[in-house]
Amino acid sequence: VASQAALARPPRVRSKRPWPETWVAAAFVAPAALVVLLIVIVPLGRALWMSLFHIVLTRPGVEPFVGLGNYIEQLTNPDFWDATGRALFFTVVSTVLELSLGLGLALLMDQPLRFRWLLRSIIILPWALPTIVNALMWRWIDNAEYGSLNALLTQTGIIPEYQPWLSNSDTAMWMIIIADVWKLTPLCAILLLAGLQGVNHEVVEVAQVDGAGPLSLFRHIVLPLIMPVVLVVLVLRTMEAFKVFDIIWIMTHGGPANSTQTIAIYAYQTAYQGFDFGRGAALGYLIALVIMVLAAIYLRLLGRTGR
Amino acid sequence: MATRAVAPTPSDVRGRPRRRRPRRVARWAFLYAGMIVALIVVVAPFAWLLISSVALPVDLLAKPLQWIPEHITFDRFVQLTVGSEPNDQAQGFRSAFMNSMVIASSVTALSLVVGTVAAYAFARLRFPGRSWLILAFMGTYMLPPIALILPLYQIMGALGLRDTPLALILIYSSFVTPFVIWIMRGYISTIPSELDDAARVDGCSRLGALVRVIVPLSAPGLLSTALLAFLMSWDEFLYALILTSTNASKTLPVALNDFIGRYGLDFGLLATGGVIAALPPVVIAFLFQRHIVAGLTAGSVKG
Repeated sequence: VASQAALARPPRVRSKRPWPETWVAAAFVAPAALVVLLIVIVPLGRALWMSLFHIVLTRPGVEPFVGLGNYIEQLTNPDFWDATGRALFFTVVSTVLELSLGLGLALLMDQPLRFRWLLRSIIILPWALPTIVNALMWRWIDNAEYGSLNALLTQTGIIPEYQPWLSNSDTAMWMIIIADVWKLTPLCAILLLAGLQGVNHEVVEVAQVDGAGPLSLFRHIVLPLIMPVVLVVLVLRTMEAFKVFDIIWIMTHGGPANSTQTIAIYAYQTAYQGFDFGRGAALGYLIALVIMVLAAIYLRLLGRTGR
Repeated sequence: MATRAVAPTPSDVRGRPRRRRPRRVARWAFLYAGMIVALIVVVAPFAWLLISSVALPVDLLAKPLQWIPEHITFDRFVQLTVGSEPNDQAQGFRSAFMNSMVIASSVTALSLVVGTVAAYAFARLRFPGRSWLILAFMGTYMLPPIALILPLYQIMGALGLRDTPLALILIYSSFVTPFVIWIMRGYISTIPSELDDAARVDGCSRLGALVRVIVPLSAPGLLSTALLAFLMSWDEFLYALILTSTNASKTLPVALNDFIGRYGLDFGLLATGGVIAALPPVVIAFLFQRHIVAGLTAGSVKG
């Protein structure tokens, strides 16, 4: 209605309005833009600049320009590709698990079950647990000598003796994935439940009357209807998982033998343990590039689901 | 379960007619089994964290493990929080708790004010570059910290802000503000614009209409957003890890990271620190569940 009024009004009549809309908008957006500009855009530019030089903190004053040298060095470095591969493994496995378990939980919480309020009200708690506390908790559960996981599995006879879950390079990544899945499946379930609650009941009931069983009902009616939400959650989780740092840093520091060293851990270690800021900045940019591609997909999907 | 089929509760919105058939019973049994498993999986790790925080080392380090400790103690809670004569670790933990409180509250206040004003412009005003500007804000929100941390480390050093809460407040605001804009823009769009038009006819400026009409009407949205902003700031680790070095600015995640390094074998103390650090967000999430869920859905699923 406001826009129609604006169109109907002759353009000259502006006396009642002291400031044109664009100026008001500029003034309103300026404080936010200032915060973001100072803290994000300036460092982003500076990071690009840094990534073009050979900057090693242990040799101050010697900072030759190397152009794309840092990028080329990384892209031809097997360590980089190993870390990228680990990040991809973590991303794919944890995202698939979180999404499928989350969908199962959401369907469960959507059923008219007694006590479902109980599940609905505590399901948010793992998500609310700070990432560091979650990592610390699982580090303790997975402890090789006193961990409750070992106690549980040996007392029930599933494994014969205690295992060093986090210091075995075959199991460490899986332990991190379990911890991550435990914390983030509830988030997926909450978002997917919101999607399910938006499904038109009449459509479901008509299909039931027509004799659709629970499986075909889900496969052919419910899933297509919530597909937009599923896709959004999928891309969101992929984006978050690919840049994973906190949980791994607390649980394993990227070890043992680099078996949990994902790309963000690798970048951190290059910059702050190798003191190589030039390469660190280049790595940061490479990670940002992947994330921005995912972000573009995410925003496009949101634009489609957005109401 | 069987009574469930004949007596639907009011919350049962999909009250379809049900008959007692073996397949139905099997289906309900399956669903309830799933629910019980889910409840156990969610609760068990929490329970173990809580037990560990009050159990004596004798029980924690026993083999076979003593699941229910014989003796419990709240000494570690007292020591880390209110105990007089705090030692180094308690001192560090208390200042970290205060720093996290100050930083998360400041970030929430700053981003909410700055973000809501901008959100109003995006929801109500027409100006050139509006659509790409909001995408630019969202882009900065999604940028990985690892891409910005090196220059920020240098810039904060040059400004003398390294190891100050102010540096973290500014940095956290830079990613919380776009999030506030995103949610609040959506929220304000759902308020009929006739309402602020009416206020402006009555002589309010744009800012007046925002403060007197939009802000009171969007109180639930503002609450959701504020809670999520607080939780985001409380949770942040990487920036804090790199930019803090003393008790002057270390936050709880960094303090817990230090705990692991220094008292890594005192599992009871680690668990206690974890429980205290988790308390504010968990209590917030539990009490304001509806608001949190509404905010999460609006923030990540709806455009």
